[in-house]
Amino acid sequence: MTTVLASLNQALRRSLTASLDVMVLGEDVLDPYGGAFKVTQGLSSTYPERVLATPVSEAGIVGLGVGMALRGLRPVVEIMFGDFLMLAGDALVNHAAKFRWVSNDRVRVPLVVRTPMGGRRGYGPTHSQSLEKHLMGAAGLRTVAASALLDPGPMLEAAILSDDDPTLFVEHKLLYAQQIGAGLDGGEYQVQSAGERYPSLTVRLAGAPAPRLTFASYGYMAGLALEAIHRLAYEYELFAEMVAFTQLVPLCLEPLAQSVRQTRALLTLEEGSGVLGWGSEAISALVEELGPVFDARRVSARPVPIPASLPLEQAVLPQVEDLVRAALAMSNSDRSGSMRRSNG
Amino acid sequence: MPAELTPAELYRQMLRIRRFEETVLEAFPRGWFYGTTHTGIGQEANAVGVLGLRKPGEVVVSNHRCHGHFLAYGGSMTALAAELMGRATGVCGGRGGSQHLIDKDFYASGVLGGTLPLAVGMALAERRRQHLVIAFLGDGTLGEGAVYESLNLAALWRLPVYFIVENNRYAQTTPIHLHLAGEIPARFEAFGIPVEERDTTDVLEIRDLAESGLDRLRRGSGPQALVLHTYRFSPHSRGDDLRDPREIERFRQRDPLRTHGARLRPEDRRPIEAEVEQEVHQAFEAARAAPVADAASITPALGQGT
Repeated sequence: MTTVLASLNQALRRSLTASLDVMVLGEDVLDPYGGAFKVTQGLSSTYPERVLATPVSEAGIVGLGVGMALRGLRPVVEIMFGDFLMLAGDALVNHAAKFRWVSNDRVRVPLVVRTPMGGRRGYGPTHSQSLEKHLMGAAGLRTVAASALLDPGPMLEAAILSDDDPTLFVEHKLLYAQQIGAGLDGGEYQVQSAGERYPSLTVRLAGAPAPRLTFASYGYMAGLALEAIHRLAYEYELFAEMVAFTQLVPLCLEPLAQSVRQTRALLTLEEGSGVLGWGSEAISALVEELGPVFDARRVSARPVPIPASLPLEQAVLPQVEDLVRAALAMSNSDRSGSMRRSNG
Repeated sequence: MPAELTPAELYRQMLRIRRFEETVLEAFPRGWFYGTTHTGIGQEANAVGVLGLRKPGEVVVSNHRCHGHFLAYGGSMTALAAELMGRATGVCGGRGGSQHLIDKDFYASGVLGGTLPLAVGMALAERRRQHLVIAFLGDGTLGEGAVYESLNLAALWRLPVYFIVENNRYAQTTPIHLHLAGEIPARFEAFGIPVEERDTTDVLEIRDLAESGLDRLRRGSGPQALVLHTYRFSPHSRGDDLRDPREIERFRQRDPLRTHGARLRPEDRRPIEAEVEQEVHQAFEAARAAPVADAASITPALGQGT
């Protein structure tokens, strides 16, 4: 068994070994510290020329990465906390995401920006957010989120070595210590994978009745969804399946469409706030694809800053209990087809 | 190439930029273009004096006021005209327009300051090939924080970037005394970046300064800076000029074309002027005849990969 942390670390190491064009940059990434979350541990000792500690300078170092990528390198920039990405918004939105297309496909920007997102560590309002939704609308930027359900190492490696477009690689802080595939390897779940480089997984309890509800999620929330699926089945005999995404943008809808065609009920789960979030986008896109033939709700953080205190933080961020409650409410209200009715 | 930088050639290069941009401003009301443009009429000596010395493979990073830099870099005038007209044959097939020009070793983008970290990153990549990066910025850009992050990184890692500040004394319409505190060279000195400063529009003087700066860079000096106090006669973009006409007239006394043109004999100047007139005319005619960018050419913003 490997942790997410070890897998990401090994992916960085393999990438540095595979190509002299790969460089890893970020604040405090050098040994012996090895990065605030230790993802770069050991790398600078082996590759001192290609692992660089940078100033506290997010706009500078993400822009630096764009320039490096435009001139043939394959840089990986670590942003210590995802919250700090806002400082690099110009580099990501106005530069990284633009050059390939605006140049009429004459140049490429093979840049990876990795960053931990998410709360549940008591770090408070500016070190706990899930801000990826603010960048998901930038055409030309791919957004990928690691989860512990599927080994994120090979995905990071592919993003670095094979993907010629800029990629925002999101790592929820609580994933680092998790064992990869821990919940899925006992044969309790039936798992179906779709897509190649950044696959999505469709997960349901093996041998259970046909699911009546679809969870759509990613990242750390996908793990919580798995717990919720288990509890809903054993405590309430409500059977749900989950589509867990790795690539958030562009969103490949097919696995979700397949599931929702059967269940006619969709619950999207995200740790960030819900307004104009990933769940909103997934639901809208699916309505366009399938028509208004399913019931849909979103579970997300409450729309306030994330507080530092444990009970307050727990109340603001979605917990397994919230998922269970939302699923039950949806099942009981039996609104399935309500959109169709209101439309007809 | 330095060998080709005869006084006559310098005059020709500046005149190409001047006549190109004058044509743009003249033709705008005729509906040849869509959108906007930023010209640098009066600033031609900077682009020509510095970029005339560029060696193949050396990178240029430019800003919104990029036509002069692009032409002095060696970019195609016809492709530039076509880009401004949104033609399929434009530098970027009509996707970039006046302020987003991306060519082999040339990168211009329209967000001030944001290009400088890119320039420093490019220098980090180019150091492996013993190439350097020439990055242009204006006085208005000195208000952007990304500039100082870039100077810090470039100096810290001794990266081969030549920062060329074109101080045309205005940030769009705001005069420098309302937007900038302190002295411009002090900004570079604070990071230990050697800086030269000159109030000049003389292309020979600028060329000499750039020659020594580029020479130091090519010998591994680390970043260098050149501050050129200049002036643009044209508005910031098209119709937004609120400056006192007497001020503009005063600066016209040191029009770089007048200053340098006076060094040439009229009989040497005239054929150059005729040739440039012809070149500019042909560039715009070719661009106007080119097909407009086709909506069918719109490709996805990302390559495939799921």
